[in-house]
Amino acid sequence: MAEHIIRLQGVTKEFDTKGGKVVALKDINLDIERGDSYGIIGLSGAGKSTLVRTINLLEQPTEGKVIFNGSTLTGLGNKDLNLHRRRISMIFQQFNLLMQRDAIGNILFPLEIAGVPKAEALEKAQELLKVVDLEDRAHSYPSQLSGGQKQRIAIARALASDPEVILCDEATSALDPKTTRSILALLRKINEERGITLVVITHEMDVIKQLCNKVAVIEYGEIVERGEVSEIFKKPKTKAARKLFFPDGQSHEKPLTKTSTRNRVRLVFDEATAGEPIIANMIMEVGAPVNFLYANLDVLGGSQKGQMVICLAADRQTAEKQKEYLTAKGVEFIEIDEDETFGEEAEK
Amino acid sequence: MDTQTLIQLLGEGTVQTLIMTLVGTLVSYIIGLPVGVSLIVTGPNGIRPMPAYNKVMGFLVNVIRSMPFLILMIAFMPYIRMVIGTGIGTWATTSALILAAWPFVARMVEQSLLEVDPGVIEAAQAMGASNMQIIRKVLLLEARPSLLNGAAVATITILGYSAMAGTLGGGGLGDIAIRYGHYRFQPTIMWITIIVLVILVQIMQEIGIKLAAKMDNRIN
Repeated sequence: MAEHIIRLQGVTKEFDTKGGKVVALKDINLDIERGDSYGIIGLSGAGKSTLVRTINLLEQPTEGKVIFNGSTLTGLGNKDLNLHRRRISMIFQQFNLLMQRDAIGNILFPLEIAGVPKAEALEKAQELLKVVDLEDRAHSYPSQLSGGQKQRIAIARALASDPEVILCDEATSALDPKTTRSILALLRKINEERGITLVVITHEMDVIKQLCNKVAVIEYGEIVERGEVSEIFKKPKTKAARKLFFPDGQSHEKPLTKTSTRNRVRLVFDEATAGEPIIANMIMEVGAPVNFLYANLDVLGGSQKGQMVICLAADRQTAEKQKEYLTAKGVEFIEIDEDETFGEEAEK
Repeated sequence: MDTQTLIQLLGEGTVQTLIMTLVGTLVSYIIGLPVGVSLIVTGPNGIRPMPAYNKVMGFLVNVIRSMPFLILMIAFMPYIRMVIGTGIGTWATTSALILAAWPFVARMVEQSLLEVDPGVIEAAQAMGASNMQIIRKVLLLEARPSLLNGAAVATITILGYSAMAGTLGGGGLGDIAIRYGHYRFQPTIMWITIIVLVILVQIMQEIGIKLAAKMDNRIN
C-alpha cells in the first residue's frame, strides 16, 4: 500500500458568525496517498474551500487532527508549521500573484522566503519558466499576462519549493475552456512526471474527469461519497454524486424529453464493452424497443468512457428482460429514480 | 523693505518651512509607519490579530487626530518647552508637527495597506512566510504606489500645519505671512508667501504622483 501523505482525522470547523455558529466541516476523515490526484467536488458553500485550507492550516480546525507526512500539523508553533508549509504549495482561482513583481520575481518569492541563495534561486526560477512554457515572459508583470499565463506562473511558483503536495483551489474556474484544458494537462503532467500529489478543489465535474484518479463528494460540510473516479462514475451511490456524475447542464443540451421519467437507466460503457453493439443486440434479442434520452463520451483520466441514458420498455416484464440482458453482457447500469432530473435542471 | 531684504527673508522662510516639513514628515513616518502596519497586522482580519492592542492604539490615534492642530500645539507647548528648552522657532514647531502628524500618517499607511489583496497575503502564508516576511515583502511592497501617494498627501498636510504654526511664532513662511503680511499690513508679502506655498505644494504633489506611477508595475 502506498503511504498516506495527508490524513485528516475528525476535522471539524465551526465559524462564529453574527447569526450564531456555522458548522463548515463536520467530522471529516480523509486519507490521501502519495501520488494521488485527489479531487474534492461539491457545490459552492459545501465547505470544500475550507476543507483544503485546513490541510495547510490556513484554517485552524476547531477539532480534529491534520497529519502531513507522518507529522501532526495541528498544534504546531508558527515556525515549525511554516517549515511544513514549504512542502505544501497552493494555487488559487484568482492566481494571487504579487502585482508589483514580474513573472520571475514571483517564482523567486518562495525561494527568498526559504532563504535559498540568489544564484541558485535564479537558475531554478528560469528552469521553471521553461517547465510552464513562459521563458519569454520572465520580465512581464502580472498585469501584462493573460489569465492562463498568470496561472502558469503561479504553478511555476508552486513548484519552486519542491513541494510534495500542490493544493489547487478552483485553479481553472476563472479560465476559459481552452485555457482550462491546457492548465489541467500541465497539472496532470506534474502529477505524473514529478509524482507530486494533487488535491483538487472544484465544482466542475470535467476537472475531476480530466485530472483526478480519486474523488470525494462533499455536501453540507460532510464527505458523502468517495473512491476511485472510474468506480464512482460507473456507480454513484448518493444523490449528490449522481447529480454530479449524471449528464448535466454543462453540455448546455436540453434533455430530449421530460415525459418519460419511468424505467430510465444510465449505462456506462468502457473499452471492454464499447466494441459490441449491445443496445442494438438487446433490442433484437428481447424484441422491444428502447428510447434514447442522452448519450455522450467522456475521457476519464486518459481512458474513454461512454454514458447513455435510455428508457426501457414500459411493461415491467420486458424491462426486467432487458436489464438481465445488460447484466449478462457486463454493462454497468443504474436505475434513475422518477424524481431525479438530469439536463439543465440538475445544475440547481 | 527693499527687494534684497525681502528675497533674503523669503529665502530663509522657505528653507525653514522645508526643514520643518521634511524633518516633521520623516519623523512622523518613522513613528507612524510601524504604527499603521501594526494596526493592519493586529486588526480582526490581520495576520496576527491582537484585539486589545488594536483597540488601544486605534483609540490613541483617534484622540490625537480629533484635536485641531493649533489647539494641540498650544496645549503641548509647555511640555515641548520642557523637553527641548524653547517653545518657539523651527524646532519647537517641528516637535509639535510630529506630535500631531504621526497618527495621521498611521491612518494613511493603514488605508494603503488595506488595499493589498488578501489573496496574495494568503498565498504568502501558504508558502510558509513568517509574519515579518509578509510585512516586508508583501504588504509594504504591494502597497508601495499607494504609500507614496499617501506620503505626498501627508507632506502637504504637514506643510499646511507648519504654516499654521507661524501664528504662534513658529518660524517659516507662515510666520512671515503673519508678521509682515498681517500685523504690518503688507498684503504684497502676504500674497508672495501664499504663492511660494502654492508652488511648494504643487512640486510635492507632482513628485508624489510621478514617483508612485513610476513605482507601480500594475499599469504599463
